[in-house]
Amino acid sequence: MAALAGWLGGRRGLERWRTLPVSRRRQILTPILLGTGLLFPFLTSNAGNVDAAANAFTYVLLALGLNIVVGFAGLLDLGYAAFFAIGAYGYGVAASGHLKPEWSSLWIPLEWAGQVSRLVVPGQPDTVQFHFAFWPMLAVTAIVCAIFGLLFGAPTLRLRGDYLAIVTLGFGEIVPVVARNWEGLTNGAQGLGGIRTPRLFGVEFGFSPYPYYFLGLGLVAVAVWISIRLQESRLGRAWMAIREDELAAGAMGVNHVHYKLMAFAMGAAVGGLGGTFYVAKLTTATPDMFTFPVSVMVLVMVVLGGLGSIRGVVMAALFVAFLQSVILQELTEYVHALGRLVGSDFLQRIELITSLELIFGLILVLMMLFRREGL
Amino acid sequence: MSTVDVLLQQIVNGLALGMMYALLALGFTMVYGIIELINFSHFSVFMTGTFVGLVVLNLMGVTAVSKSLTGFALVGTLVVLFAATMATTGVLGVLIERICLRSLRHVAGTAPMITTIGVAFILINTMLLIWGPQAQRFPQLLPNWRWAVGAAEVTFKQVVLFVVGLVLMLALSHLVKRTTLGKAMRATAQDADAARMMGIDVDRVVVLTFFLGSALAGAGSLFFGLYYGFTGYYIGYTTGLRAFTSAVLGGIGSIPGAVLGGLFIGLTQSLGGQLVGVKWTDVIIFSLLIIVMVFRPNGLLGAHVPQKA
Repeated sequence: MAALAGWLGGRRGLERWRTLPVSRRRQILTPILLGTGLLFPFLTSNAGNVDAAANAFTYVLLALGLNIVVGFAGLLDLGYAAFFAIGAYGYGVAASGHLKPEWSSLWIPLEWAGQVSRLVVPGQPDTVQFHFAFWPMLAVTAIVCAIFGLLFGAPTLRLRGDYLAIVTLGFGEIVPVVARNWEGLTNGAQGLGGIRTPRLFGVEFGFSPYPYYFLGLGLVAVAVWISIRLQESRLGRAWMAIREDELAAGAMGVNHVHYKLMAFAMGAAVGGLGGTFYVAKLTTATPDMFTFPVSVMVLVMVVLGGLGSIRGVVMAALFVAFLQSVILQELTEYVHALGRLVGSDFLQRIELITSLELIFGLILVLMMLFRREGL
Repeated sequence: MSTVDVLLQQIVNGLALGMMYALLALGFTMVYGIIELINFSHFSVFMTGTFVGLVVLNLMGVTAVSKSLTGFALVGTLVVLFAATMATTGVLGVLIERICLRSLRHVAGTAPMITTIGVAFILINTMLLIWGPQAQRFPQLLPNWRWAVGAAEVTFKQVVLFVVGLVLMLALSHLVKRTTLGKAMRATAQDADAARMMGIDVDRVVVLTFFLGSALAGAGSLFFGLYYGFTGYYIGYTTGLRAFTSAVLGGIGSIPGAVLGGLFIGLTQSLGGQLVGVKWTDVIIFSLLIIVMVFRPNGLLGAHVPQKA
């Protein structure tokens, strides 16, 4: 930001920018960033770019959620994809026709609200067809994820930090396996299909990337706002105290189990939002979407952006998404062209996108060795 | 076969598998005991070891289509195979420590652990680039002899794995308990600063620990190759996590605990697969991990250690 200000206003501009109070800076920056975000789809003619950006917002949401847990409170969560999965399946089950419980009068209020309908098949008991709307489900999945965060967190947060990492890793492993094996709920390895897309004022979102782009932008804006508010609150200060020195924080009267649980639940809720958004856009959910590499990818974003830095994490998430969807494909084409030029068979066949995890590994190691505070 | 016979058979299978988990768990436990680091790169050192073994065998002229060996040829091949693979993975472990972890030794918090995850990803994807995504066949060196013991059947393969595992563990136990190096290791595990003041070269002890742990992982990877007859870039993660569970179960930092935990996990896997279903194996093992962490975080044999500031 400072670089941008310097470029716009020269040296004097840069100095004036530096002397502005944070609140004033924010008043100037917020409209600029939001405006750029809102105008982006109209500036680019390629719908694919908008689609990629909408997908990138999912990563930004996840990274912001994990940042609350790892960045603010210093708890290493290696199974964050579990919350992504719970959010995704939460909406997926509620908005696809897969689960068909038997009809009973208990469903009548929901039928009035237009969330379920009674399916009458002659010769068989009546069943319930789910078609819960996206907007209330967004809140419901966030709450469900927060509850799961509490459930996962409550027994484990008393443990030392490195044990916590293992337990979260275990949870992160269990959730996709359950999603694969509990076929009655999740349709097993094939996953849920035909999930309904959101509607707003009677307009179906469908498969155009544009509405999802704006929805994602809105969710990211909300998540950023929540993150900033949290960081500056009593809660945020308590988290930072725990992160820096748990024993000292405890001695100062900070109830660390309580605050750690809050961090876990809030991070989980944001992850659930990400999952719901992602599935609404993709209209399918399969167990393979939520495995360990996803947790590591989100961790890479948080580490790259700098643990606890909201601005850094958002930029890093956008960068990693961009790396994945654009840069690597372009580079692959260059390498192929180079291979044709020098007649190397190997260079023509190489697919850099398969090396994405290799790059993640390198990023993690190099960042930890040389720039632990992030870029 | 009656139910009891099936269970007996699964116990035999589980013990052989358990030896593999125990060897892997030893590496985790030793590193944790010395520098209190959960070394996630251990998984991928194990996975790399299977490929090293494959290359060593190919260099000796044994390929996936070769017939199994007998007599001195078999013993000689096995000795060279284990020695070469364990030496290579040991050096790999030392390199990881020197390049990636030494400068982070005194950094508190999650940074060293995140680094080991990065190292794991690098190794896994390097192997993926070299060998491709498909599973590779691992030569079936050992002849397919089997004996009936009661109602169960014991294969030659299982006997070899069990005996080799036992020999390695006895050697390790001798090294740790009876030699000067072992004494230095135990002293460093208890209190690194005090050990340094007594003139122990702590850096050397750490390097040695990584070498030993990774060499045992190399032996474990040969167990995997010989037992299952295949390998692939993806095997390290699940097997490594199960081995890790073994280490935690036995009490992380405790060497006999790791062996006990490994055998326990091997039995859980084979019996759980029989009684509940193979697709739930990982859920059982990781639930066990979580339950142990919650109710007995120091493991079955681990001593209670107060948190260091």
